[in-house]
Amino acid sequence: MGAVRARVLIRPKQGILDPQGKAVERALPALGFEGVEHVRVGRMVELEAEDPARLPELCEKLLANPLIEDFEIEEIDAASSAPTNP
Amino acid sequence: MRWGILQFPGSCDERDAVRACELSGAEARLVWHEERDLSGIDAIVVPGGFSYGDYLRAGAIARFSPAMEAVAERAAAGTPVLGICNGFQVLCEADLLPGALLRNEDLRFVCRQIDLIAAFSGSEGGKSCDRPDETLSIPAKHGEGRYWAPEEMLDELEARGQVAFRYAPGQNPNGSARDIAGVTNAAGNVVGLMPHPEHAVDPMTGSTDGLRIFSAISSAPANA
Repeated sequence: MGAVRARVLIRPKQGILDPQGKAVERALPALGFEGVEHVRVGRMVELEAEDPARLPELCEKLLANPLIEDFEIEEIDAASSAPTNP
Repeated sequence: MRWGILQFPGSCDERDAVRACELSGAEARLVWHEERDLSGIDAIVVPGGFSYGDYLRAGAIARFSPAMEAVAERAAAGTPVLGICNGFQVLCEADLLPGALLRNEDLRFVCRQIDLIAAFSGSEGGKSCDRPDETLSIPAKHGEGRYWAPEEMLDELEARGQVAFRYAPGQNPNGSARDIAGVTNAAGNVVGLMPHPEHAVDPMTGSTDGLRIFSAISSAPANA
């Protein structure tokens, strides 16, 4: 059984001020993008895991700080089925 | 009294911390992050800098180092632990201190002298300044120093006297909740703060107020 490819999305919890999002939001009108609100900037981590059942624990311990961040795990497909040569 | 000052790849204030400990009348030695043996060490500094490049989140990776595992054991046994700046971030990530440190509200790196109100009022172990409510002039330099914890946790910290340092009124440089610059753990032996007392130990740089924090711990009877 091959590794599972997964994508982890990590974002600041609701209610926590996200100054990066604010800065992006404030920059948009100057570029002609009006009407964009509530911008929040998070992180995305892609990985391949032998044992995807352990991903939530891994996220809680390292990839996210559960006090301030929420995370979502999305399995993409089995890495073994992906072409191994370019 | 002998201090151990942790040194991670990316630490940059550990030598100033060694000097501050020595000026406070104690011995001090650096502890490489791969060291697991803290025997003979009576107090610990987790210093400032950018441990492991601050990758992922400041302090997130340093907390898993062998030295930090040893620090967690010693902290549980009552050894005084002082986390400064990145060291404060590491202690929060390691759950040895409550709360988290987020990007400064205005996204700017702050680097300036700041007045801190030392408000140690917790248990005896956390009483690290000679007088409560004294003002200390200490430099702050950080980009991720906005102290944050859920409201209920903040209420609890205040009620239990775990808010060790606050920025003086009007001087909060980063948007920290309730002007909090430093906190202690419930037992009072683990203290973290964003500003840098180890950079305020010599009259040449304008203030020796930081030395008081080191002196208070150095002169305390060893309890572990």
